[in-house]
Amino acid sequence: MLLSLLLEGFAVMGAGIGAGLAAIGAGIGIGKIGGSAMEAMARQPEASGKIQSGMLIIAALIEVIALFGAVICLLIAIA
Amino acid sequence: MVINKAKGFVRFFSLAVLFVTFFLISAHQPALAEDTEEDGKFNPSELIMHHVVDDHKWHFFDGHFGTLHLPIIVYSKTKGLDVFSSSNFYDEHHHTVDYNGYHLEHNKISLVGDETSVYDFSISKTVLMLFIVSLVLILIFTAVAKAAKRNKGKAPKGIQSAIEPIVIYLRDEVIKPNIGPNYEKYLPYLLSLFFFIWIGNLLGLLPGAANLTGNISITLVLAVFTFLIVNFNGNKNYWKHIFATPGVPAPILPMIVLVEIIGVFTKPFALMIRLFVAITAGHVVILSLIALIFIFQSWSVGFGSTLVVVFINLIELLVATIQAYVFTMFSALYIGLAIEEHHDDH
Repeated sequence: MLLSLLLEGFAVMGAGIGAGLAAIGAGIGIGKIGGSAMEAMARQPEASGKIQSGMLIIAALIEVIALFGAVICLLIAIA
Repeated sequence: MVINKAKGFVRFFSLAVLFVTFFLISAHQPALAEDTEEDGKFNPSELIMHHVVDDHKWHFFDGHFGTLHLPIIVYSKTKGLDVFSSSNFYDEHHHTVDYNGYHLEHNKISLVGDETSVYDFSISKTVLMLFIVSLVLILIFTAVAKAAKRNKGKAPKGIQSAIEPIVIYLRDEVIKPNIGPNYEKYLPYLLSLFFFIWIGNLLGLLPGAANLTGNISITLVLAVFTFLIVNFNGNKNYWKHIFATPGVPAPILPMIVLVEIIGVFTKPFALMIRLFVAITAGHVVILSLIALIFIFQSWSVGFGSTLVVVFINLIELLVATIQAYVFTMFSALYIGLAIEEHHDDH
């Protein structure tokens, strides 16, 4: 009984740490994209429309991977 | 000018008084929250799961008329085909009961005492949402097609003027560059794909709607369509690149072939997972923030949480469009890779 409680606690703790790490990964990735997009827009303001749409698309792709990790952690915590 | 400054100050001051009063009230009054639990304690994970997974009934609001019980269509070898309403499975206290030899547990129907599951062809919440989205698409596009035929050569009017720029944009910026000169053959599939995913995503964001594109079966079917179209239209160049990649020395060719074969399957798999995760995780985030209100049960958390939920909903609108665009763009890219002719730059 105590062992199962302990294992459940470990599972939920692992889920929390995993979700946090996934968020860090997404933050770094999207931050890099945002940074280079800002720099490119500063260099050439005429192209800022194209840069902005490209940035949004790539940010969505990276965000999906982070959400993937978050959903797996949610499943670990719930089930 | 002094009068205007005074008016501005009065406006600001009254707003500030309102906010301060509001937050002072919140310290002393718990908010009324509905119980979703029999044992009295609010369970956020059950709330989230209940709103994200498929179900045999469609729950709009509490009360007698708030739930739409959907038909259950099951087929088993022992009992044959059975069609009945899912309200037979629930008694007055919303507990599940067995009915006619069938047992409902966690949305899985099985025979009583047998525990093997039956073939479940029910019109579940996701299936009904699929029908609704298809109906919306058919209504919009028959109207647009009729208008396009009628307005040939003239400027578009009405709903045609909303849909036509999107179609032209997809054709010229996404499909034609990726596929090349033979693009018209694949235009119907890719355009249908984009609009189905887009309308499915958008309608799934409405409160009370079912999570259509966040269901992995739906995204699996869409990815399988892309997989079949890519591989049945692949020309000799495409298969040559997979099984006999040019420029590879003979010793490592088996490994490269293995990697390429895995690649044939991982590309549609990534499409499926990407759409499923993006939409489901978006819904889970919104539901978690709303569940925060019921966990803390205070007015100020409700106020703040509502603002954040509105903001996240706006982001989800953007994500809905971007995910539809990305799915279509990758499908067009894979089709283009499958049918491109041999270039002499290896």
